[in-house]
Amino acid sequence: MVEHAHEHPQPHDAGHDAPVAVDTRPKLAVWKFASCDGCQLSILNCEDELLQIAENIHIAYFPEATRAIVEGPYELSLVEGSITTPEDVRRIHEIRAQSGTLVTIGACATAGGIQALRNWADVDEFRSIVYAHPEYLSTLDRSTPIASHVDVDYELRGCPVDKTQLVEVLAAFLNGRKPRIPTYSVCVECKLKGNVCVPVATGTPCLGPVTQAGCGALCPSYGRGCYGCFGPQDSANTDAMTRQLTELGMTGADIVRVYRTFNAGAPEFAAASDALEAAAAASAGGGEPS
Amino acid sequence: MDDIRILEPEGLDALIAALHERGYRVVGPTVRGDAIVTGDIYAASDLPQGVGDTQQAGAYRLRRRDDDAYFGFADPAQSTKPVFFPAEEVVWRGRRDEGHFTVERDAPKDQAVALLGVRSCDLRAVQIHDAVLADRPFHDAHYVARRDGTFTVAVACGEPATTCFCASMGTGPRPAATNEQTGEPAYDLLLTEVMAPEHRFVLEVGTERGREVADAFDTTRAGQEAQQEAIAVSDAAAARQTRGINTDTIHDVLRASAESPRWDDVASRCLACTNCTLVCPTCFCTTIQDTSDLAGDNAERHRVWDSCFSESFSYIHGGPLRGDVKARYRQWITHKLSSWQDQFGMLGCVGCGRCIAWCPVGIDITEEAAALGRMATAAGAAS
Ligand code: SF4
Ligand code: SF4
Ligand code: SF4
Ligand code: SF4
Repeated sequence: MVEHAHEHPQPHDAGHDAPVAVDTRPKLAVWKFASCDGCQLSILNCEDELLQIAENIHIAYFPEATRAIVEGPYELSLVEGSITTPEDVRRIHEIRAQSGTLVTIGACATAGGIQALRNWADVDEFRSIVYAHPEYLSTLDRSTPIASHVDVDYELRGCPVDKTQLVEVLAAFLNGRKPRIPTYSVCVECKLKGNVCVPVATGTPCLGPVTQAGCGALCPSYGRGCYGCFGPQDSANTDAMTRQLTELGMTGADIVRVYRTFNAGAPEFAAASDALEAAAAASAGGGEPS
Repeated sequence: MDDIRILEPEGLDALIAALHERGYRVVGPTVRGDAIVTGDIYAASDLPQGVGDTQQAGAYRLRRRDDDAYFGFADPAQSTKPVFFPAEEVVWRGRRDEGHFTVERDAPKDQAVALLGVRSCDLRAVQIHDAVLADRPFHDAHYVARRDGTFTVAVACGEPATTCFCASMGTGPRPAATNEQTGEPAYDLLLTEVMAPEHRFVLEVGTERGREVADAFDTTRAGQEAQQEAIAVSDAAAARQTRGINTDTIHDVLRASAESPRWDDVASRCLACTNCTLVCPTCFCTTIQDTSDLAGDNAERHRVWDSCFSESFSYIHGGPLRGDVKARYRQWITHKLSSWQDQFGMLGCVGCGRCIAWCPVGIDITEEAAALGRMATAAGAAS
């Protein structure tokens, strides 16, 4: 888990970014909170589009890509990572104040990320186990998505985000139109691609029916079940999903684990995993979940 | 048209070659991965010879047959729907050029298709799509262009799955010779695969075009008894079907069921995943999605399959009309079995059973229809 040192936007550093006479391009800033940098790397992975992006957008702040820093405000901010420290809370408000449109990118920023597993644990306990000097550590006991702290204009799901969706959101922003980001299930993309349904044809569990589309049904296209990295779809019925996973042979503990990955903190997945643990506790006669 | 012949299994390659020679793209059943799908057929070896399927609510498995049947399975995972009605297509492209804006329509210039081995249920579904998409004052130009000149080699079913219920819908297992709406011939050629006493096909000619093709490869003339033999294969298949829908009452049952408690029950099981509509050979709903490149110089309008199970499907200003899943399931089954009749004068379901087999949780349209019927009767008796 990365507790990131805080960064302040710095004044213009002419040494790295040649000044343009009148730059009418909107300014873009890319911010990082608790995360693995994978979503930022997805931006750099847009190899074919990167030149076109740079032609149309002034990349003003993007430490992963360039040391050049241009002062805000920024027309567009992309925010990666979740809020895990008191300093994060302060910084995200500052970023919001400096940003026109704010888009969160990835499971950490939109649901709290894998680090939201701490939400089910005692932070003080593992702090004292992991760190030699826990007193130097300033951390929150919950990992929360950006939208729990400030208004977010748009959320891009995924661990990591899908680069086609990323380019789509930038193109939509530049042209003042609605991005084409569906919130229905992965099954739609799966069927649109002509895939054969993995759980129906092989009995392999798949979270596609409760997961939001956006990845192009990546895992089912390779004969694997979806593991939910895009978080819950807009109409996720996790009760029915849980029953189905059970029928396909998964134990309650296994199902808790598949709901608690990158989007463990997404309300629908969190509630589903909690319900399973509550049921296990009840059937164990109020004892520990087995 | 009384032109009945016998085709030896070895003659299938010659039939396929005759279609290719006439410029058709031949499309039929083929094994891909864990299922039989609809794909391009270049030779008889592309067909699922010796492969069968087992289909149940929410489960599909391939199995090895103990014979060499070419069509010894029920229906492929997807019907021929995407052949004429692709999941996504560009409707038009726009380009900005120094102050000008040009629009190009994207017209499909696909090769004419020969459907090889299309099942009775799926053939009826194509007729339904024709009625909905082509034979109305405002037709779908792309669909019409793709459908233009289709040659049809139908196959009567001998091996229904447990999920099939075409017999109760009146759509199979043996295809009707004519389209009941248009009166036109339903197929150019009809094959029935007979396994005993020896493996061969009864070939029935449906059109002049079909006769011209059939004359291009080796067959032997046969008479009424061969046709009787073919009919017996389909009759046995019909007798093995266990699911069904009462088509006499279902229209009114659904009309009376708008507030049925059954909707809550089914919504508790339904994942709102859309699979049932996307595998259904008659569902035709699409949405329009616009995209542009980063510079805004190129724009495209796409038409993409949609489903009444998605929340966005009924979204209008302010929110979705069908916010909860029970309203979506009600829309789906009511459209298939009731309001489709008001809209198009026919049923919207052909009994292929795909929505049952490919529903990840095995929700069964026949079971829901029966339950709604029982509840409507009980409610009627009580009032
Ligand atoms: S493989 Fe998974 S995502 Fe694809 S249709 Fe089946 S359940 Fe849905
Ligand atoms: S509603 Fe179901 S059984 Fe009827 S045609 Fe559609 S997929 Fe087939
Ligand atoms: S059942 Fe739903 S998806 Fe299918 S045609 Fe009707 S409204 Fe469209
Ligand atoms: S009925 Fe089955 S296939 Fe259809 S949306 Fe519900 S769960 Fe998915």
